[in-house]
Amino acid sequence: MSGERLVTVAGLRRDYGSRCAIRDLDFSVDRGEVLGLLGPNGAGKSTTLQVLSGCLAASAGRVELAGHDLARQPRLAKAALGYLPEQPPLYRDLTVDEYLDYCARLHGLRGAGLRGARERAKARCGLIADGRRLIGQLSKGYQQRVGIAQAILHDPPVIVLDEPTVGLDPNQIRDIRALVRDLGRERAVILSTHILPEVEAVCDHVLILNRGRAVYADRVATRRGATHGTLLACTLRRPPPRAILAALPGVAAVEALGEGRFQLRHAPGASPAEALAVAAAEGGWGLLELTPQRPGLEQLFVELTCREELA
Amino acid sequence: MSAWVIAGRELRGLFVTPFGWITLAVVQFIVAWLFLVQLEGFVQLQARLAVVPGAPGVTDLIVAPVLAQAAVLLLLVMPLVTMRAISGERQAGTLHLLLAAPVGTGEIVVGKFLGALAFGLLLLGLIALMPLTLLLGTALDLGKLAAGLLGLALLLAALTAIGLLLSTLVTQPAAAAAGSFGLLLLLWVADAGVAADSALAWLSLSHHLQPFLRGLVDSGAAAYYLLLTAVSLALSVRRLDGGRRG
Repeated sequence: MSGERLVTVAGLRRDYGSRCAIRDLDFSVDRGEVLGLLGPNGAGKSTTLQVLSGCLAASAGRVELAGHDLARQPRLAKAALGYLPEQPPLYRDLTVDEYLDYCARLHGLRGAGLRGARERAKARCGLIADGRRLIGQLSKGYQQRVGIAQAILHDPPVIVLDEPTVGLDPNQIRDIRALVRDLGRERAVILSTHILPEVEAVCDHVLILNRGRAVYADRVATRRGATHGTLLACTLRRPPPRAILAALPGVAAVEALGEGRFQLRHAPGASPAEALAVAAAEGGWGLLELTPQRPGLEQLFVELTCREELA
Repeated sequence: MSAWVIAGRELRGLFVTPFGWITLAVVQFIVAWLFLVQLEGFVQLQARLAVVPGAPGVTDLIVAPVLAQAAVLLLLVMPLVTMRAISGERQAGTLHLLLAAPVGTGEIVVGKFLGALAFGLLLLGLIALMPLTLLLGTALDLGKLAAGLLGLALLLAALTAIGLLLSTLVTQPAAAAAGSFGLLLLLWVADAGVAADSALAWLSLSHHLQPFLRGLVDSGAAAYYLLLTAVSLALSVRRLDGGRRG
């Protein structure tokens, strides 16, 4: 099942009048992958997703969904797509069932197929008991769930979610993240967010946008491996003078943080952790903590998005 | 066919809020009032008319004026029916649902049009019931009544399509309604004070209704309404497509 290419974006560009919202965007998502779009406000995340969903036309470039070109075969491409916009597209005067039935009919579902799809989507989004409630009377979290139910209703292979967890409480966020991970197992999911831990929790790939350009793209898993970390934190009950720590093999710099805590900088892939542990045991320094400091996505994000602003 | 799905949703949307019901009630009340005023006038004239050979009958003196007045009412009501069609969806963010669904822009516009037109025809059907009650006491020229209703139905199509176009052009429903009122009233009075064969008269919405009210199914007038409808719908599709290009 996995490995099939479901989303291809090539040379995508979108202008609003003379302002360029996104440019030269290339990426692809395979079946079984979750891609996280990350970026500061105004970076072009929503614009990108709106172009992917066909709500906005691309100024240049190509979008393919499930093998169908969005510009040339919009109907086939959109049939393969489930989309949750930033603002869930809900009719407040309908009940959950009425709304989902309408969405299903727009996707050409009828009769028993329609009822089955509606019940499956409700079950996945925890809405089983809420079918007869008016959408306008639901809480924000439940409205968000209805929005997601609408996006997965017709069982599309490609799902695009624009900030799916915004405005939800921590429990709801956990539920939605679990749902997204679950959906990502047999589909291609693209979600945008400005919550960094969300990307680390849910996504396989991350694409950082800044000012309409992709500034970073990588697998989250390789980042989790953290082989390219360059920082080591340690806490010692009876710390030696700083110079002794600095003299350990592999240590490039030492920063004392007070109360026996130190931060050691080292070359990538040459951690002095082992040497430090041996030295601490021999010297009776009382080693309390020794942790490699993975450079977080946050640090990366700040570096990438602030550097551009200065340039 | 997704257009029918959208049309059904549009029509039901008018009735899940009080708007549809209130509109039906108010229009029915006003038309009933106008109808009774006409009926009263006819009853007073009846004795004198009886002695005039070839005098106008009940259809000419009651049905035609009531239908003419109902046309003005429809012109005032339809912009309120169509104002939310696209601009309301745009404002609520639900337009994304339609644009991201495997539905063509043409189907969205036609669906919205059919939904609003169905409401207008329902209104017209209720209006038609009133002259038909005269059948209880007298004979009616049913051909004339049918021609008049056909004229109103064609007018309704044009009113709906123009209202829909304005709704695609702006984001606020109120602005769409105001724009439609302006445009429709302008088209309505375009023939005021000009000769019947001038270009301005040809543009007028009310001018083309006259033959129908006289019982004449004028293909030229019908073509005018259909043309106005088709052009407005085509422009709406263009505008909705253009909105995606921005």
